[in-house]
Amino acid sequence: MGFYFAQLLTGLANASSLFLIASGLSIIFGVTRIVNFAHGSFYMLGAYLAYTLVTLWSGSVLGFWGGVVLAALVVGLIGLVVELTILRRIYHAPELFQLVATFGVVLIVQDAALAIWGAEDLLGPRAPGLDRAVRILGEPIPEYDLALIAIGPAVLAGIWLLFHKTRWGVLVRAATQDREMVGALGINQAWLFSAAFVLGSALAGLGGALQIPREAVSLQMDLSIIGEAFVVVVIGGMGSVSGAFVAAVLISVLNSFAILIFPQISIVLPFIVMAIVLIFRPYGILGKPGSEAGAPEAPEAPLTLMSPKAMMVMCAGLMALALSPLFTAEFTSVLLVDVMVATLFAVSLHFMMGIGGMVSFGHAAYFGVGAYAAALAVKFLGFGMLPAMAFGPLCAALAALFFGWFSVRLSGVYLAMLTLAAAQILWGVTFQWQDFTGGDDGILGVWPPGWASSDRVYFYIAFVLCVGGIWVMRRIAYSPFGYVLRGVRDSQTRAEAIGVDTRFHQWMGFVIAGAFAGLAGVVFAFSKGSVFPDSLGIALSIDGLIMVLLGGIHALAGPILGASAFVLIEDWVTRLDYWRFIFGTIILVVVLVAPDGIAGGIQRLWRIIKRGAA
Amino acid sequence: MSTVLQVRGLSKSFGGIRAVRDVNFDLAEGEFLALIGPNGAGKTTCFNMLNGYLPPDEGTVSLGGQSLIGKPPRDIWRMGVGRTFQITSTFMSMTVVENVQMALISHHRRVFDLFSRATRLYVDEAMALLDLVSMRDQAGRACSELAYGDLKRLELAIALAHEPALLLMDEPTAGMAPSERVALMALTAEIVARGGVSVVFTEHDMDVVFAHAHRILVLNRGEIIAEGSGSDIRANPLVQEVYLGGGAVFETEASDA
Amino acid sequence: MTVIRRAVLGAIAALPMIGLMPKAGQAADPIILGEVNSYTRLPAFTEPYKKGWELAVEQINAAGGIDGRPLEVISRDDTGDPATAIRIAEELVSKDGAVLIFGTFLSNIGLAVADFAKQKEVLFLASEPLSDAIVWSKGNKYTYRLRPSTHMQAAMLAEQAAKLDAVKWATVAPNYAYGQDAVKAFKSELTRLRPDVEFVEEQWPPVFKIDAGSTVRALEASKPDAIFNVTFGGDLAKFVREGSLRFLFEDRDVASLLTGEPEYLLPLGDETPEGWIVTGYPPADIDTPAHNAFAEAYEARFGEIPKTGSIVGYNSILAIAAALEKAGSTDTDALLAAMEGLNVDSSPTGPFTFRAADHQSTMGAYVGRTGLVDGVPSMVDWSYADGADYLPSEADAAALRPAE
Repeated sequence: MGFYFAQLLTGLANASSLFLIASGLSIIFGVTRIVNFAHGSFYMLGAYLAYTLVTLWSGSVLGFWGGVVLAALVVGLIGLVVELTILRRIYHAPELFQLVATFGVVLIVQDAALAIWGAEDLLGPRAPGLDRAVRILGEPIPEYDLALIAIGPAVLAGIWLLFHKTRWGVLVRAATQDREMVGALGINQAWLFSAAFVLGSALAGLGGALQIPREAVSLQMDLSIIGEAFVVVVIGGMGSVSGAFVAAVLISVLNSFAILIFPQISIVLPFIVMAIVLIFRPYGILGKPGSEAGAPEAPEAPLTLMSPKAMMVMCAGLMALALSPLFTAEFTSVLLVDVMVATLFAVSLHFMMGIGGMVSFGHAAYFGVGAYAAALAVKFLGFGMLPAMAFGPLCAALAALFFGWFSVRLSGVYLAMLTLAAAQILWGVTFQWQDFTGGDDGILGVWPPGWASSDRVYFYIAFVLCVGGIWVMRRIAYSPFGYVLRGVRDSQTRAEAIGVDTRFHQWMGFVIAGAFAGLAGVVFAFSKGSVFPDSLGIALSIDGLIMVLLGGIHALAGPILGASAFVLIEDWVTRLDYWRFIFGTIILVVVLVAPDGIAGGIQRLWRIIKRGAA
Repeated sequence: MSTVLQVRGLSKSFGGIRAVRDVNFDLAEGEFLALIGPNGAGKTTCFNMLNGYLPPDEGTVSLGGQSLIGKPPRDIWRMGVGRTFQITSTFMSMTVVENVQMALISHHRRVFDLFSRATRLYVDEAMALLDLVSMRDQAGRACSELAYGDLKRLELAIALAHEPALLLMDEPTAGMAPSERVALMALTAEIVARGGVSVVFTEHDMDVVFAHAHRILVLNRGEIIAEGSGSDIRANPLVQEVYLGGGAVFETEASDA
Repeated sequence: MTVIRRAVLGAIAALPMIGLMPKAGQAADPIILGEVNSYTRLPAFTEPYKKGWELAVEQINAAGGIDGRPLEVISRDDTGDPATAIRIAEELVSKDGAVLIFGTFLSNIGLAVADFAKQKEVLFLASEPLSDAIVWSKGNKYTYRLRPSTHMQAAMLAEQAAKLDAVKWATVAPNYAYGQDAVKAFKSELTRLRPDVEFVEEQWPPVFKIDAGSTVRALEASKPDAIFNVTFGGDLAKFVREGSLRFLFEDRDVASLLTGEPEYLLPLGDETPEGWIVTGYPPADIDTPAHNAFAEAYEARFGEIPKTGSIVGYNSILAIAAALEKAGSTDTDALLAAMEGLNVDSSPTGPFTFRAADHQSTMGAYVGRTGLVDGVPSMVDWSYADGADYLPSEADAAALRPAE
């Protein structure tokens, strides 16, 4: 009995930590509709700052708690700077574009933290006065855990009071529920957004600072928490702080008991819980319909066919690409294969997001399934390269058929998070099922056969498959299927009212996007000769998202430009010291200069040039 | 004349409030029927049960002998029912003509065609429909640039694309300037007059109703309280009381959003 | 200023499209060595490693290089991604003219580059990855590994663990290949030495995401006599903290893989648990002429004491230099022939050999106990365990490898 009670307390202490960071994320999304990837970075900064301050004032109770609070405030201030200098300028950009900016911030903070605090993990002091364990029902419970168990609900109560007893809080709640109304009431929206962002960041900072007595501060803190924080926010319902609390308790307590029975489950447990919750409650536990939607935005311009001039530019580009092996170094072909693979992947994601209106945070799942299916077919079924290349996309389509069926029942960020859950569950299975997938050690020896093994021959194979795949997707975009898919995105009601089975249509769109991501995956697998779980990981999904958004979601050329720019810049920049800082800065500059993405920026530039010439 | 639509014993409750009770009516071929009533009378609820957005608690709705109950809106559309919305709903990222083409593509069951160019399909039919609503000159404009009245007319063209036997129009003139209202309803009346389609519409504006409707049904508190031609309704004391005397009829109704 | 200048120059030099300039062959041309590692992903481990190989390269070049040719290392960050590592390896070999590849830390990247080396027929010296698969189940002709492997280090610990009274063991390891391999090797080695032991509990926290409180409690619940730990880095710090708070380590023996390495040990500070049996490296306490010379040069150059990574980086270059000298050529076949049974006599940690049968070096590790000496986390009662003693016989090892 005592044992289980103690396990419950351990779970509750973890829940408090998780709640602090999730609450801030939920508030920021609720008010500003920004999917803030930098939230983990704020958490990490809170921990580093608190480490510095608490070590400086070591020993005293006041020094510890003063340091924690001050760290949270400083992080709030950093949040304010980020909001004022970057986010404020791009609130009117297309949906989710702001997440590109927060991704840039993540990169910058990683290198800044490395430069300031060094590479080594830092173990801060324990909390003075709370540095021992007390016995409850005979079981030792750390005093600090008990403090955390109290702090979580206290912060929840504080936020509740703030939201219900202050004018600002009432506005925040109103903004969460109906953004247009707040705008209509003439409230200074900018001020409201800044304040929400500062509060959210400070809560993340506080969450990080309070971890000092529990764990070493490290450069991995940002990425290790952000996925779980999003999961908690989504399970609770986007924008619902009390929902986040319930979800944090649910996840943490479940985990603390699950590892007694099935320790391996830890790795995917939050995502399984999220998937189950979303299947039964499409808006999370306490979320409301409408909480999934992004900020309202202007409708996209109608699709036009390419102008003859643009067509010529494109043909010239393709020709140059096709002939590139003749006049560049052999290695350039290898790099260009990577560019083409990334482009096909981004185009398939854009098909789903831009054309289908279904945002995916887990598109790498289908890329990875394609890659693994091909590799496994070679390894276990003795397939040659070409049959394996056909088999991969087929399996990716089947995976998309399965996960898509659940996903298209949701919309907005909830849909995106269910795709992430699907990807993470697949990743977890691949990562752990050593006998079949090779686990972390991956599958080796997936090289093209002799006739195709030279870099140049493989370049042409990749060229045919990737450029062909992109061409087919473009063709589909202009086809009745693609138009109707856009129609469903524009207005589900109208689509239904002209006889379209909207869910089925979206489902098929999902499957097509998955199949082409799988095609990118097989080209990738044979170009690298090996497949690892990274090919279904979050990092690749996020890269795809950044390529699509950075390129410009409202243009068919967007993902092509975005992917090429992303891969080439990354390949160049990783040669430098502190390249993440430089890469992050480049991303922020692009975001600020071209809030409509690279494609939009080029169009505007073109218009300016034409006007200048005229 | 044959009966197009037959409604029998239609009822719906929301958490104990009976929004619609025991509504019965028939619609004859070529008829232009108005469903009126004060706010909260149950018009929209009634309407949404006709087009499949709400399942009724009781009652039947049949179109040319086939029941519409329990069918999703898209199937009801396929059975020959077109509709327009109180707040217009069109594909904002497409041009005017493309919007109409979408309806035609769906009508011809080509939504899963992956290789044709959508914009090259059914152009002539789409243009003819735009002609019908006098929108041909705006065919190439982006839908997002249209004035509200034009959007309403576009919706009408979309709704007529599959040559429906029945057209359901929910508050067709809501949000329009008075002169536009008259024009839109005159246009609708003209289309009805050409034959082949019957119309049920709900409406606030009594001038519009009395000017065009062949027959009027008056709903109050979920029940039909009067039925007849414009002059019958104008003369009906019950209707007069409801419209002129009644603060009591202003109930809120969940579905009236 | 210099950082910026270096960045700009590096950037210009690195522009990928410029691959047209053929390199003119001259007698004093440097020998290009390609190097890949996870510099941004795991800076705490890779920075000391980089300093180690830098020192060795400087020393060798100062002494006249190899046959009059200086060594030049082109070092790249793989960003922690195997696919990127392969692209970089390709560039190093086909564009930069590297005669071989060395480096990598993460096992999956090591395996990916090893497979690439096999495909492209180029020598790869896997400096840091621990995975047994690199030389055994997925070993190949072109790949050699320097650092003592998971199996070797687990066997070193098992040897000490077998001397304890403990019978009931619990294990805790990060849930991926490294953790799984380590637990498997420890179990089999310990059971071989002590058939009476039993394993009563296994915990598999996700790597870098340990729920330490719950894990500690689950271990405690099984009431083991001793614990075998494989967690490291941030997970280790959390585990140690929660474990000591909840008295998990009271009256229990702990055998802990790699925890004696300064990279893992130093961050624990004054909370370093006392008396854990660990493998590692006690840089300040090794008193041999070779190590003293190395440590002094390292401190003079970088102003800090060396860590495990430093010694691995340093020994990598020593091994490569030895191979180049023995081969007398930069030709891959000659290098491969030289690597077989290559002896490296003058390393700071003592001589080691690359076994011809399985391509594993016999470089060893230090086994001892953890403790605080003058408030500094240290290894005490340590001794050097020669890698050769913890490897299966060459015949057995060769049987573990796939047929070529």
